[in-house]
Amino acid sequence: MSTIISLPDQSTATLPKRSYLNSEYGLKSWLLTLDHKRIGILYLIVTLFFFCIGGTMAALIRLNLLTPGGELVAADTYNKLFSIHGIIMVFFFLVPIAPAVLGNFLIPLMIGAKDVAFPRLNLLSWYLFVTGGCFELYAIIWGGMDTGWTFTTPLSTHYVNTHVVSAALGIFVAGFSSILTGVNFIVTIHRLRAPGMTWFRMPLFIWSYYATSILFVLATPVIAITLVLIVLERVIGIGVFDPAKGGDPLLFQHLFWFYSHPAVYVMILPGMGVISEVVACFSRKRVFGYTAVAFSSVAIAVFSFFVWAHHMFIMGISNYSALVFSLMTMLVAVPSAIKIFNWSSTMYKGSITFDTPMLYSFSFIGLFTIGGMTGVMLASLGMDIHLTETYFVVAHFHYVMVGGMVSAVMAGLHFWWPKITGRMYPEPLGRLAAAILFIGFNLTFFPQFIVGYLGMPRRYHSYPPEFQVLNVLSTAGASVLAIGYLLPAVYLLWSMKYGKIAGANPWQAPGLEWQVQSPPLTENFPEPPVVDFEAYDFEWLANHTKSEVQTVG
Amino acid sequence: MDSQAIATLPEHGHAEHEHSPHLHHHFATEDQQREASNFGMWLFLLTEIMFFGGMFTAYLIYRNWYYPAFVAGSHWMKIWAGTLNTTVLICSSFTMAMAVYSAETRKRKALLRYLSLTLFLGFVFLGIKAYEWHNEWVEHHVPGLNFSINDFTHVDPRYPLDKPLAPDMAEKTQSYFSLYFLLTGVHALHMLVGVSILLFLIFNAWKGAYTTGHMTFIENFGLYWHFVDIIWIFLFPLLYLISRHQ
Amino acid sequence: MHYFISPVLWQFLVKWLAHFPLFPPEASSVAPYADALFFFLLFISALGSGIVILMVVSFSVLYHKERNPEATQIEGSTLLEATWTIIPLALFMIVFVWGALLYFRIYNPPTNAMNIYVVGKQWMWKAEHPGGQHEIDALHVPVGRPVRLTMISQDVFHSFSIPAFRVKREVIPGRYTTVWFTATKPGTYHLFCTQYCGTLHSQMIGWVYAMKPEDYQAWLAGSTSGSSLAQNGERLFASLGCNACHSGNPSSRGPNLAEAYGAKVQLANGSYTVVDDAFLRDSILNPSSHVTAGYAPIMPTYQGQVSEEGLIDLVEYIKTLHSNDRVQQTLNTSLVQNSGSTTGTGASAQGQAAAETPRMVNK
Repeated sequence: MSTIISLPDQSTATLPKRSYLNSEYGLKSWLLTLDHKRIGILYLIVTLFFFCIGGTMAALIRLNLLTPGGELVAADTYNKLFSIHGIIMVFFFLVPIAPAVLGNFLIPLMIGAKDVAFPRLNLLSWYLFVTGGCFELYAIIWGGMDTGWTFTTPLSTHYVNTHVVSAALGIFVAGFSSILTGVNFIVTIHRLRAPGMTWFRMPLFIWSYYATSILFVLATPVIAITLVLIVLERVIGIGVFDPAKGGDPLLFQHLFWFYSHPAVYVMILPGMGVISEVVACFSRKRVFGYTAVAFSSVAIAVFSFFVWAHHMFIMGISNYSALVFSLMTMLVAVPSAIKIFNWSSTMYKGSITFDTPMLYSFSFIGLFTIGGMTGVMLASLGMDIHLTETYFVVAHFHYVMVGGMVSAVMAGLHFWWPKITGRMYPEPLGRLAAAILFIGFNLTFFPQFIVGYLGMPRRYHSYPPEFQVLNVLSTAGASVLAIGYLLPAVYLLWSMKYGKIAGANPWQAPGLEWQVQSPPLTENFPEPPVVDFEAYDFEWLANHTKSEVQTVG
Repeated sequence: MDSQAIATLPEHGHAEHEHSPHLHHHFATEDQQREASNFGMWLFLLTEIMFFGGMFTAYLIYRNWYYPAFVAGSHWMKIWAGTLNTTVLICSSFTMAMAVYSAETRKRKALLRYLSLTLFLGFVFLGIKAYEWHNEWVEHHVPGLNFSINDFTHVDPRYPLDKPLAPDMAEKTQSYFSLYFLLTGVHALHMLVGVSILLFLIFNAWKGAYTTGHMTFIENFGLYWHFVDIIWIFLFPLLYLISRHQ
Repeated sequence: MHYFISPVLWQFLVKWLAHFPLFPPEASSVAPYADALFFFLLFISALGSGIVILMVVSFSVLYHKERNPEATQIEGSTLLEATWTIIPLALFMIVFVWGALLYFRIYNPPTNAMNIYVVGKQWMWKAEHPGGQHEIDALHVPVGRPVRLTMISQDVFHSFSIPAFRVKREVIPGRYTTVWFTATKPGTYHLFCTQYCGTLHSQMIGWVYAMKPEDYQAWLAGSTSGSSLAQNGERLFASLGCNACHSGNPSSRGPNLAEAYGAKVQLANGSYTVVDDAFLRDSILNPSSHVTAGYAPIMPTYQGQVSEEGLIDLVEYIKTLHSNDRVQQTLNTSLVQNSGSTTGTGASAQGQAAAETPRMVNK
């Protein structure tokens, strides 16, 4: 059983006459579109806009931490910077970027559907997201908020005097966008698969998006009600979290983390889906242990609901519940380990090429492994006492979210760029950017592990001078990282007009989305497809290519 | 494997549906479309359960901690109003079910009649609820805005057997009333949304919609209405009955 | 080398790099245990990452397209997958048990630990020693003796962290949390607030001074404020009129508090509980939920009338109360004295402290 696939000759490829991009013109055709692909692109634009805001905040944070005295900005400004950075990056970039952008664009294409189940709801989700974003922008422009992204009570309800209400309402409204997107994806995956697309023929991308959608649907409502309670406590003074009125601030912690822990899996599971596709494609091999990888996604989704109190080990929860939550956290690490090993073994006896998406996948595998292992350190009860609330947590979180998720998003964006735009990005620049990103990332965040073990607390505007060397390294890394983000922004924009024309299947990938023209038609498939091959079936693709050549010949 | 890249579906069974104005282009059949809508609605209700779940959790915890305060608080509920509202909602669920049935049997007049009845009962519920809230405002039982523990630190003449609460426990009645307003308020918000959609449904039904065999929307709305009803069926005992005069 | 850059900058760099720690000092009895676990975790992390990197790199080299133009399709291997499920699981279980043991070690203080109270407020730490020594953003502790911190916040969440001791605990409004340590090396160590607590969060830092026992005694003697916490508590107890009911007389309306600390009492709802700091504090603020069996729920709440420091004084007083003689004595005299005096806050009680001669020494 072996497969040779030669890449198609791209010099002969032409852009299709009709595609979703040129079916209609004008701003109105975009703002009122029901096409899942266009909505995906709308999401891409908005989330990247928020990424720029969050990234600017991050840059200012790192600049301020260049000196121990925090001379660049005042303490309350610094607090606003990291609060805005956290809120924007978590709720308006990481949560929507992969599900709403790549998911919207690809799920119907991958399962052979013409659209998601509820296109109008899909557009509504985007408008809800934008509305939530406007609330957030209002809060930022009119003075910002300094609660941290965790909105800890009673600080957020009684002790700060910033725009907490509009920030919370923004997340509340954007939360409904997440819920509706989740509902849409689950129904789409259940009901709109093409004939022959059985559950175990679905790409692993779909499995991880299915798991993500479950988290959206079940976890997001809890943060919605929690934020409503914060707003009511601030505005009219009901006392559900107020110790003076008999409320318990720890209940807030429980409710908040009941969402926010699953939310970090919302942020990483789609990335895992992307990596499964990319590693398989550039190894020219079916993913090693398809079933294990598929079920590990679902296992992560299920376990993630029972680990929330690991954020509260030092907050005086009972020692025995701490034991249970530590144990559950150890268990949730296992499916992630399975995935890592399965991706690595996928490369065994493959035929590997190092295109940009594959480089980003390597970066994902390496950084996510470190992020995951440091997660195990934090889950270990006694160790957590020393590590929690320090830069160690910051580094761990960024290794998973930036090292893991943003690498995966970059991998996915490059991988499907030819499908989205019909044109290739410049490959050498892509590889260069991937390398810069990897180096910059490690330089930024690895020193934070060390400074965290030394005990430097997070969210500090100024810090003891002996931590300065590591902080300077981190800031230096952040500037490299910034180049690593700006470079792709430039060449991807350039390639939209000047890139080489990609053709339908530039990577010779067997997924259904690659069997249609790039960019696809508005209705995706000219004829409803019937699936008679397994996922990652490179032999089917080879035979099919051969037969096509014969037909044409 | 000698198949084509993407074999295409045979053309039959495809063309005749193209004409149906209710079938969206991305569904193959009407069954698929209806199943998808129903499934989506159930998922949405699942998120609603989680939404109320957070509040119910808070209720359970605080009730466990401040039991006497919750008993005292629930004594100030107007049980006749709660019972009446429960009856009104159950009746409205019945009329809603009849409306769905009328749509199924394609009886436009009956559909209009039952939808209007449901709307009327919805307004009755909201009216009674508003009356109760007004009373609580008058009695200074609105935490944060207008609250006094006076009623709980003294023997209520209507219930001479009750003992007054100690002042520290009387403060905790705010937890009860916070949760009371939160739960009934969010529920009433759902009722308001329901009533607005009902108005829209009645308008459409009056123009002749839903009785032509395409009734997914009205079916799903029925699910929503029953769900809101069921939430009340939990709220009524938890807030009015469960702690009463032990 | 240094000729190429400004000599000032060069000196600066040298000085800078020379003072740059990579590992925190180990200065408490649990620190070596925490570090042992940390090194084990580092080892398995390096092992795991090493294996993954080895796999990725070697497969990249061995099966590069130029070397291996044809991929061999492999479905998977249940045996291999079981291996990399079970081995990580086993390692994680070891980490779990090890971590849990360490956690119980750090959060279960030994019974002979000396007690220091800590009150966190925006944005400072206030430590109160039983002898009445107060310090702000500093904590003096003796080496070689277990120290238990009983901590509470007056406003928002704070977190009390001493990295050199590897201990940390959230300081929460409305409830006591505790942490303990035995300092092993004399020295000065960082004290941080690690939970974000508002504008000057990063200024809520201080120093922990671990001292030789004899130095510590000298410090205690030199920093006394005139009266111990228990003495302050006694005064507050009298000025709030607590002694009117808790007089220890058989006919009194409140339970006898002498020797109450540490005892097991039955509550009015039938359950049993051990009287500890948290129970005493809650009983003062929320008396109706802590009524001792056989007594009427008549005690008023002191919520909002006593500061956290005042509550600590009261708790410390009740802890050290072994007989009711003085309570009754004060009761008789205070009936005369008390007519128009105090406002009843801990601070004002402390203010009066200097005027009166300390009669009970508690060190």
